[in-house]
Amino acid sequence: MTLALYVPRRSVVHRVPAGGKLLALAALAVLLFAVPTLPVVVAALLGVLAVGLGAARLPATALARQARTVRWWLAGLLVFHTLFSDLPTAAVTVLRLLALVLAAAVVTATTRVTEMVAVIERLCAPLRVVGVRPARIGLVISMALRFIPVLAERADRIREAQAARGGSARGIRGLRTTVTPLLVQLLQMAHTISEALDARGADDVPPARGRRSPAPAA
Amino acid sequence: MRFRRPEPRPDAVADPARGIELRGVSHRYGDRPVLTDVDLHLTEARIGVVGANGSGKSTFARLLNGLVLPTSGQVLVDGLDTRASVREVRRRVGFVFQDPDAQIVHPTVAEDAAYGLENQGVPTAERAERVTEVLARYGLAGHADHPAHLLSGGQKQLLAIAGVLVMRPARVVFDEPTTLLDLVNARRVARVIGELEQQVVVVTHQLDLLDGFDRVLVVDGGRIVEDAAPRAAIAAYRALMERR
Repeated sequence: MTLALYVPRRSVVHRVPAGGKLLALAALAVLLFAVPTLPVVVAALLGVLAVGLGAARLPATALARQARTVRWWLAGLLVFHTLFSDLPTAAVTVLRLLALVLAAAVVTATTRVTEMVAVIERLCAPLRVVGVRPARIGLVISMALRFIPVLAERADRIREAQAARGGSARGIRGLRTTVTPLLVQLLQMAHTISEALDARGADDVPPARGRRSPAPAA
Repeated sequence: MRFRRPEPRPDAVADPARGIELRGVSHRYGDRPVLTDVDLHLTEARIGVVGANGSGKSTFARLLNGLVLPTSGQVLVDGLDTRASVREVRRRVGFVFQDPDAQIVHPTVAEDAAYGLENQGVPTAERAERVTEVLARYGLAGHADHPAHLLSGGQKQLLAIAGVLVMRPARVVFDEPTTLLDLVNARRVARVIGELEQQVVVVTHQLDLLDGFDRVLVVDGGRIVEDAAPRAAIAAYRALMERR
């Protein structure tokens, strides 16, 4: 499993600040819904491809991978609108969605997670007045992205361990025998992660915590 | 991302010459004693800690940078009490965990290496420079923008070490740093540890890791049962294990 959407390159698109790219993406979405005509949608799609493949020098596979994830949605929309509307409407709807998906793919492929998270932190800054700490929101997002593949890997290991002993991950029993050890592992891991955050200066844990914490593997 | 930190305590004055001191330290989890009456003064450059599973050595390691606070007694790092000056102690004592997957908290290599520096409020330009330098030093320069979860086990452990050393701690505690590694990567990590300028405390089951160390502690049943040069301490540890 991979969440590796960022494609490192030295391009002008990569250098554009994350906030600017997200604004452009939002503006494109507004434009395509405000002016839903075939020439505009086709022009937008070609423009996105020109930016992604030309200016940003992304590999075609990076964009094709994102398009593949929505192929069944696109096919469904095409069939639905062809049957219940008309072919031009179907074409506009499908190409518009494709253009937006590819535009989003260009943004994520040219923007580091930290830059994206920094934008979210800036957007959350007004929440400080109600006691929310934007840095914490950013850390949570980063950690979620970091640990999703780790979680999937741990679940795979548990399933393999059960399969090696003749077990099956199917059905309610399979779910229980996978979820329970996974939860135990995650709780142990969460404790170690909290220690690692403390050790690297996250810093705001009350000093008494150590006395209450569960025992590490001594 | 920066976190709010309280001002340093005015009475917390560090004296690097004092090393790490444990004075009458005991620790228990609930009713279960894990360490009992430990008195030590650690000033040597290379200190090893060995002991059976459950002997209390991981708890001992965590006491040294305030991840665990003693139930009774005092742990002093450069004269700073871990209870009163835990943040300052953690800046001085880096900690490398056994499982790097639980230590790497950001999605990509460079972002994770920078995490501790962000917490310290290091300016962006200096942060980038230090991250570049530390990744190059540990053979990770070509992986700076790569997802951390795609690194090999050895590379993950090197990233975990880089993420600590980039903060330039005066001392580093390693909790079984080679346990999950193959022989090649274990040797690589051992070499990295051997080349460090900082004071190093290594908790390990791999006795060859302690070659050339100055001092080795043997922990058993929550007590320091041997405290000697490596050869004598390891012989005592082997004898202890053979009696079981």
